[in-house]
Amino acid sequence: MRNEQATQLLFDLSVPGRCGAEYPESDCPEFSSTACIPAEFLSDTPLPLPEVNEPDVIRHFTNLSTLNMSVDTHYYPLGSCTMKYNPKRHERLASAPGLVDLHPWQAEEDLQGMLQIQFEMQQMLGEIAGLPAVSLQPAAGAQGELAALLVASAYFQDKGEHRTKVIFPNSAHGTNPASAALAGFDCIQLGAGKNGFVDLDELKEHLDDQTAVFMITNPNTLGLFEPEIGEISKMLHDVGGLVYIDGANMNAILGITRPGDFGGDMMHYNVHKTFTGPHGAGGPGSGPIAVRDFLADYLPGPVVAHDEESGQYKLRTPPKSIGRVRSFFGNVGILLRGYFYLRTLGGDGLKELSEHAVLNANYLKEKLKHILPVPNGERCMHEFVASAQHLQKELGVSAMDIAKRLLDYGFHAPTVYFPLVVPEAIMVEPTETESKATLDAFAETIEKIIAEDPELLHTAPHSTPVSRPNDVQAARNPILCWSPACDA
Amino acid sequence: MSYLFNTPDEQREMLETIGVDSIETLFDQIPESLQLKRPLDMPPKLSELELEQLVRELATRNVGPSDRPCFLGGGVYDHFIPSAVDAIAGRSEYYTAYTPYQAEASQGSLQTFFEYQTLICQLTGMDVSNASLYEGGTAVSEAVFMAMRCTKRHGRVVLLGSVHPEYRQVVETYLGRMDCELVIVPTPGGTVAPAAVEEAIDDKTACVVIQHPNFYGCLEEVEQISAMAHKHGALSIVSFDPISLGILKRPGDLGADIAVGEGQSLGTPMQYGGPFLGILACKQKFVRQMPGRLIGQTTDRNGERCFVLNLQAREQHIRREKATSNICTNQGLIAIRATVFMSLLGPAGMRQVAELSCSKAHYAAQKLCEQDGIELAFDQPFFKEFTLQCRDGAEAIIDRAKAAGFDIGPALRRVSNSESEDRLLVAVTECRSREEIDALAKAIASSAGDATGGETAESQQEAAACGSSVGAPHDPTLRSARSSARKTT
Repeated sequence: MRNEQATQLLFDLSVPGRCGAEYPESDCPEFSSTACIPAEFLSDTPLPLPEVNEPDVIRHFTNLSTLNMSVDTHYYPLGSCTMKYNPKRHERLASAPGLVDLHPWQAEEDLQGMLQIQFEMQQMLGEIAGLPAVSLQPAAGAQGELAALLVASAYFQDKGEHRTKVIFPNSAHGTNPASAALAGFDCIQLGAGKNGFVDLDELKEHLDDQTAVFMITNPNTLGLFEPEIGEISKMLHDVGGLVYIDGANMNAILGITRPGDFGGDMMHYNVHKTFTGPHGAGGPGSGPIAVRDFLADYLPGPVVAHDEESGQYKLRTPPKSIGRVRSFFGNVGILLRGYFYLRTLGGDGLKELSEHAVLNANYLKEKLKHILPVPNGERCMHEFVASAQHLQKELGVSAMDIAKRLLDYGFHAPTVYFPLVVPEAIMVEPTETESKATLDAFAETIEKIIAEDPELLHTAPHSTPVSRPNDVQAARNPILCWSPACDA
Repeated sequence: MSYLFNTPDEQREMLETIGVDSIETLFDQIPESLQLKRPLDMPPKLSELELEQLVRELATRNVGPSDRPCFLGGGVYDHFIPSAVDAIAGRSEYYTAYTPYQAEASQGSLQTFFEYQTLICQLTGMDVSNASLYEGGTAVSEAVFMAMRCTKRHGRVVLLGSVHPEYRQVVETYLGRMDCELVIVPTPGGTVAPAAVEEAIDDKTACVVIQHPNFYGCLEEVEQISAMAHKHGALSIVSFDPISLGILKRPGDLGADIAVGEGQSLGTPMQYGGPFLGILACKQKFVRQMPGRLIGQTTDRNGERCFVLNLQAREQHIRREKATSNICTNQGLIAIRATVFMSLLGPAGMRQVAELSCSKAHYAAQKLCEQDGIELAFDQPFFKEFTLQCRDGAEAIIDRAKAAGFDIGPALRRVSNSESEDRLLVAVTECRSREEIDALAKAIASSAGDATGGETAESQQEAAACGSSVGAPHDPTLRSARSSARKTT
């Protein structure tokens, strides 16, 4: 029952003369733009935007929204993304007057409530990380990575060292090498060790006085806790290097172990994942970083400090700061939601959520492993990576086929083809906010799908608004902007 | 706790299936010595009611625009947000989805982002827009890196001194370890002298970064500067205010190769600085060097029009260290807000908001400059924001305004140490009224702050009365003041 009329492109809905917004007449009519601004600056034609009215807009976008799968409507076990429930209380509170409407250039004395929240957020994130110094500025995890690598760079420079190498396992998120390159480091990728773990001998070959940072996701992208992380950290520290923890998988270990306790010197959080941001159809996120005390002076700023004497909260730029990584304080709207979440759960609640996330993942893995084997690890943490390689060989059914067919049964697909170290990878992260009943239904559906006619799977999905878009055509002849020719 | 499901019975069943006797056993893979043996040191958990009470109380410790009319600018503006924007952005089918990797399950987001890209092209006069970056400062930085790739020049970046100081600082941070010279062209008169730009460009220069209207509110000679960049083989990067394009010529009409901007004004609340919207659009020939996600139109298996993530070979999840940027998570929901905002306003609404902001700002400039010791810092055309030169110092003026119930600023010195202490910004949007402007002008008069409360109290009353006096007749003496607020001409 797709509303074809309302979900045409906005530009096809346009009728000259319509407008969805009304503003009052100017109360300073004597100051028209033509009187105030020299003609050379002024445009002589109206913007070529579509013309629609408010009911048009509402029906168009409301209908479009229903073409999405989302956490509120579907089980969304997208591995590495922690698609957990997004509490409604966060949305209401984050829009409260006195929070949502604050201008960043207001005086600090008029922002004491906001600064207190951000100060407490710094404290809580420092405690959860076991890394006490926190900057909330980075706008997303990838920017947190970049910021931390620049912190490391400034630290080494201060010590008179010029270190050039950043090392990471081949199971790393793509953002790790991309951030390292952007920060001006040489990238060194390790091969695949046993179970996707780091091969210590191989790592050792690359360690020397040029080694700046080792970046590692822990639990790793296979959903396994790196058993020798303590030894790895020691090896790095022995050559004067630093260990960076990609915090994408923090949902597995909150209150159970801390990056700072297993040897990490720096890390980022993904507030939109672990602390239920929400994900916003692709963002905004928020990527605070936490570092050891000896790196605190280099953090991007400003950060919030608390003056015990006056009781006032103040903005402060760390003395040797790498500078800003973005304008203004940070993605405050997302940080607020993270704060609400941490205050709702408390320390015990965080630990409990990680326990349930790990329980759910292990349960689902156990239910699926006879049809979708998991090549690495007997137990997993909060997610697991299965392989459809045998199905590909025996039936010609790929990970993508299963992912697409799942959509027909009302499940969002898991992450597929990542990490690259597992052939035909299917990466499942159930999260703690799903019931046993949902996990059972998901496992039964996969079983059912595998028993289906492979042809049905190759052409799936069959019940979605569209099916198997032609990506090759899209890339060969990119249409990235509507023009009347698009409708032909 | 509210968000977990499994009852003790279910947990037992699940553990049996797994073949372990406790949840703790599942964590055996973490070496004992690395496990935290104490509870996290955090405040205790709160019920929803307690959380609501706590946060509402904390919010009362902030004094915001709901309490004090906002004349603050400096990159963030108090523009009106139509309720339809919140209604659509509040659809959880949008805000609880993620990056549209599975096109069949994400046509809503994908089509909306395709429409966003198109609206940005229409707004800027550029050929192609990406699906969003973090905010204005990183958009400038990404554009600079993009220009280096497009020109294959990495030696120098020329940035006008009138670009927002925080954007400049972000570029400095991003260039941190690069062997690239960042040349700042001074703008002592509020705008750049085009000849000074030409002097700064050499044959290693990748780009010239211009902001228009600039940080001081002034309009730059974008067309001339762009032509100069092109003459020397460099690209022109123009950072724009989207609202200004309701009346001003577009970056694409002025020779920009890459147009970037802060999209907060397009329907996103100020929320103490973020999340905002980094806009980046460019000429068609540079498309494969763009950072961030791009949505493309294609057809599906059945020949139906549909939308997909396109040209992903530029991105970090495919190209890793060779990607055009490290960005992964972007500002999707804020792009959706901007899409709804631009759809609602259309050409007429965009023009109206720009015209209203412009006219009120020029009235304000004239009114404020009638006060003794206050004048415009620069003799330049401006749009909705201007810089005041204050004999008594910027902070004194800001304090007087505040005492009377208004926020103005920021003082330039607060944004950058190299700026003068007696200058401040004033921004005026369509939300401000003539009465508020009059009351502000009265409040910042040199006598206002000196009184022990007499005049201040009066101004405060006036500010308080503003809300209910929108329909009151204007002061006829002001109506007759028809001249432009510019200092000369």
